[in-house]
Amino acid sequence: MVLVYIDQADQQIKKASLEALSYGAAIAKQLGCATEALVFGTVKDNLADLGKNGAQKVHQLKNETLNSMDVKVHSNLVAAAAKQLNANIVVFAHNLNGRAIAPAVAVKLDAGIVTGACSLPNMQNGFEVTKTVFSGKAFANIKIETAIKVIAINQNSFGLVAYDNAASIEAINLVIPPASIKITKVEKIEGDIPLTEANLVVSGGRGLKGPENWGILLDLAKALGAATACSRPVSDADWRPHHEHVGQTGIQIAPNLYIAIGISGAIQHLAGVNRSKTIVVINKDPEAPFFKAADYGVVGDAFDVVPRLTAAIEKAKAAN
Amino acid sequence: MKILVCISKTPDTTAKIAFIEGNTKLDESGIQWIINPYDEWYALVRAIELKEKDPATLIHLVTVGGVDTEPIIRKALALGGDEAIRIDSTSHDSFTIANQIAAVAKEGAYDLILTGKETIDYNSACIGSMLSALLDLPFISLADHLELNEKVATVKREIESGEETCEANLPLIVSCQKGMAEQRIPNMRGIMAARTKPLKVVAPVASAATTSISAFDLPPAKSGVKLIDPEQMDELVKLLKEEAKVI
Repeated sequence: MVLVYIDQADQQIKKASLEALSYGAAIAKQLGCATEALVFGTVKDNLADLGKNGAQKVHQLKNETLNSMDVKVHSNLVAAAAKQLNANIVVFAHNLNGRAIAPAVAVKLDAGIVTGACSLPNMQNGFEVTKTVFSGKAFANIKIETAIKVIAINQNSFGLVAYDNAASIEAINLVIPPASIKITKVEKIEGDIPLTEANLVVSGGRGLKGPENWGILLDLAKALGAATACSRPVSDADWRPHHEHVGQTGIQIAPNLYIAIGISGAIQHLAGVNRSKTIVVINKDPEAPFFKAADYGVVGDAFDVVPRLTAAIEKAKAAN
Repeated sequence: MKILVCISKTPDTTAKIAFIEGNTKLDESGIQWIINPYDEWYALVRAIELKEKDPATLIHLVTVGGVDTEPIIRKALALGGDEAIRIDSTSHDSFTIANQIAAVAKEGAYDLILTGKETIDYNSACIGSMLSALLDLPFISLADHLELNEKVATVKREIESGEETCEANLPLIVSCQKGMAEQRIPNMRGIMAARTKPLKVVAPVASAATTSISAFDLPPAKSGVKLIDPEQMDELVKLLKEEAKVI
């Protein structure tokens, strides 16, 4: 059986977990076995709907102390559930919580683990999973050599698959260990689309010359419904918050569309974004290395091009 | 206060990645090796800052690797580690590496174990979490602030909707990311002192690998950029809608 850990934030199931569920269901199909989901905490979503992403059964441990991540507690519980339910493969989203607990769960299950996976397993010769390495500059095929396997799948690398069934929901009986950390404060960033979950991303670099010029980029992002990002020099100069920094030492993202404005495309930046499905580069320097990695390029001054692009998008939206 | 900082040797961030021997091995020619930036800039520098506040603090460094890792260990000692332990194994299996570090951690009875959020070569982000299971200690991942008050740590970590502040009793494992500290450059005195600081080499403990790398691959090259006239943004929107189908 393939067991998929369903992560939540603010009592809502994350898109990354639905992708993980679709991924787990695809593995189960390869193996001819069942897909079951594991949900902790008091989630507000309708759990039967997890059937629409491939779960036949949902095991729930409903306890509000589990709404925030405590690695020691959560990893113990996932491992205990996997043992109780006889899971052969445990799947996580490689998001903030998934990366915190999946490796600990693997240790507790004597399982080999691949994190940052980006392919279905190849079972021609053992059990091989492809993962991104060198921060997106390459891939590695990793063979898992243990009976039980743990996989954490990259966000936005396996699309949601629609299934036509409702999942049955069962309570799972597990003893919750004592908390190992105490949450004392939560600060929320309101309104933003989280970068790692965004399908569309608009990103700015030093070419925008200063934080006061970000308005044109924010207008474009708003017109598209896109999240905003930036290059490292921009976040280092505090023009934009650190959590927007994408690149080798920032966040690695894989949206459907990445629009880079005034970013030259240094190899460290490309490493963070080269898994994007479509890349648009707007830069006034025709020699900018980013054009080599782009699908569409506009050689021109961002201060002219970006407002014009925003207007074109508004126009297309109005025409629909 | 005893702090263990886990460091790893990685290619420089500007390194061009290529493979040899039928795509089974990294082409190391021309590669500059550095301390994994997350380990150095955030984990190690934060440990040094904590030592500056409380000079009785001891910082031990641990790395799993061959003799070729010693230059980066010396650099970490020059930045401010007190002692280093190199576990003589060249394994790439996260579980094996975590087992090695766990053995050193058990023996050293550390109050705090710091790692970077991931290495920039294999990007597995496994070691902190695995150590938590192997040592049965609390683990806080993706932290960008860390303060110590006696035996209690206050840590800020990234969550999906913002940031969360947590408290945990020591001993504790923390994985560090941007915001935790600022990059430093070793000074001459540090570099001189590093030459004589202890660097202990220990044999690996027995641990069966759970994974192996069978081959590497490079991403397919882009077929070439389609240039659009800056006056024709309607054309770009049309291409994104009808050709790329992304908006």
